[in-house]
Amino acid sequence: MARELMKGNEAVAEAAVRAGVAAYFGYPITPQTELLEYMSRRMPELGRAFVQAESELAAVNMVYGAACTGQRVMSSSSSPGVSLMMEGVSYIAGTELPMVLVDVMRGGPGLGNIAPAQGDYNQIVHGGGHGDYHSIVLAPANVQEAVDFMALAFDLAEKYRSVTVVLMDGMLGQMMEPCELPAMLPMKTEFPDWAVTGAKGRERRFLTSINLNPTQQEITNLRMLNRWAQVEANEIRYREYFMEDAKYAVVAYGSAGRISLSAVRTARAEGIKVGLLRPITLSPFPREAIYQASRKLDGMLVVEMSSGQMLDDVLAATRFTVPTEFCARIGGVVPYPDEVLDSIRNLVKGPLTTEGHPRDRWLKRMAERN
Amino acid sequence: MQTEVIIAGFGGQGVLFAGQLLAYAAMDEGKQVTWIPSYGPEMRGGTANCTVIISDEEIGSPLVFHPKAVIAMNRPSLDKYEPMIKPGGVLIINSSMVDRKATRTDIKVVEVDANVVAEKLGDKRLSNMVLLGALLHQLGVMPAEAIEKALRSHLPERHHKLLPQNYEALHEGARFQVVEI
Repeated sequence: MARELMKGNEAVAEAAVRAGVAAYFGYPITPQTELLEYMSRRMPELGRAFVQAESELAAVNMVYGAACTGQRVMSSSSSPGVSLMMEGVSYIAGTELPMVLVDVMRGGPGLGNIAPAQGDYNQIVHGGGHGDYHSIVLAPANVQEAVDFMALAFDLAEKYRSVTVVLMDGMLGQMMEPCELPAMLPMKTEFPDWAVTGAKGRERRFLTSINLNPTQQEITNLRMLNRWAQVEANEIRYREYFMEDAKYAVVAYGSAGRISLSAVRTARAEGIKVGLLRPITLSPFPREAIYQASRKLDGMLVVEMSSGQMLDDVLAATRFTVPTEFCARIGGVVPYPDEVLDSIRNLVKGPLTTEGHPRDRWLKRMAERN
Repeated sequence: MQTEVIIAGFGGQGVLFAGQLLAYAAMDEGKQVTWIPSYGPEMRGGTANCTVIISDEEIGSPLVFHPKAVIAMNRPSLDKYEPMIKPGGVLIINSSMVDRKATRTDIKVVEVDANVVAEKLGDKRLSNMVLLGALLHQLGVMPAEAIEKALRSHLPERHHKLLPQNYEALHEGARFQVVEI
């Protein structure tokens, strides 16, 4: 199939359309707005529902209602907007409904700025809304992956009755890359037995997240956890580069992952045996893969566009047994591969240690630099 | 093999479009390519730039600190990017808009009087095409015909009457030679 040159945000929108999204609800915010804008044109053209809500809060609750029908529904936003949605996301999770959310992260906290960042990691990967639930989180590193992950996100959301977040950042949203779009899927015609589709001639179905009986709530939560165990068993995804003979490895996802790839290639050309492990599912996290890889390594480097939010998960995955260093730019500053390369060289130079915390050493280096 | 190009100038000079055209041409030539704009709160007359990376393999960082080539369409862009170009790289200067010479001696510099050439061709908005023509001639990653093909394939039909002028602008740009520093 012919490749098309598309902006990340628009490619994601078209991919969702082709995955059969029946309704989109959203509210504009940079650097995600092209996604909503594209939907505003494309969805009505196909006779599907598009609503620009009065706020993110309204948008997510429209998603909540529409998700109850078993149709494919989604929203998208960027960091501050996603924060506003979190109450609704928790309700959707608590009601065990499938939902796809795209978060095109920007610099924060607060209103921050519109530059690319990865500061929503903890919010998205470790919950977001209140209460006991997990979301599936997919982190593309290029436009083609972002496209491919949209259909996957809907499939996973439905299979596990789960919130699935496609976690991108402003760089992926704004860049153009060639991509192959999938064929248009037919719209769903069959709906699961929990969906509210009109109760004429059958027992009514009841969907809610309220459960005033703690024992019953516990049963619900355990059911969700057992489902999550299935997600962890079946859905972990990651990609490895140059790992076969690696003595050192960079762990980084999304934009930080592809920036690291450039640095790893240059380091390889210098003779450093370094590889890259790029988590694709941030939740479930590729813990075991990182642990197994780490056992063969002399040292690891975690690279993020946030202040070591994933670093803590990587350290836990390695069971704190592998000397690890940390490299990051934050607040919307995008690291150049050169900075990652310097960190790889410094890691190799040593001293290699498992003492102290990599974040503390990074913070000290940042203080010296400024 | 990877080639990185930064195109920079004032908003409205066709900086982003020139980059997109390069990206379309690279894609149609079967290459990997990434186009990324600066997307701050921009306005007409403010600065704009984009980075285009063309490669034979999966592209890592979409941003580079040391590009292989730069088109500087105004003075601030020349001041900012000249020092960053890789040794042996290419610098295309729109000399109609820049009041100083390049200072690097370890790169290929081409001064293109792009606005004058464009106006001679009948439309000063063609200056970005003139500069792109000069760049392609020096870079050698793609023939100028690849850009012509990209224009034909990706420009909406209603603009096709402008194609001959654009082709001519590309060819005029390619006539400019490297200057001695």
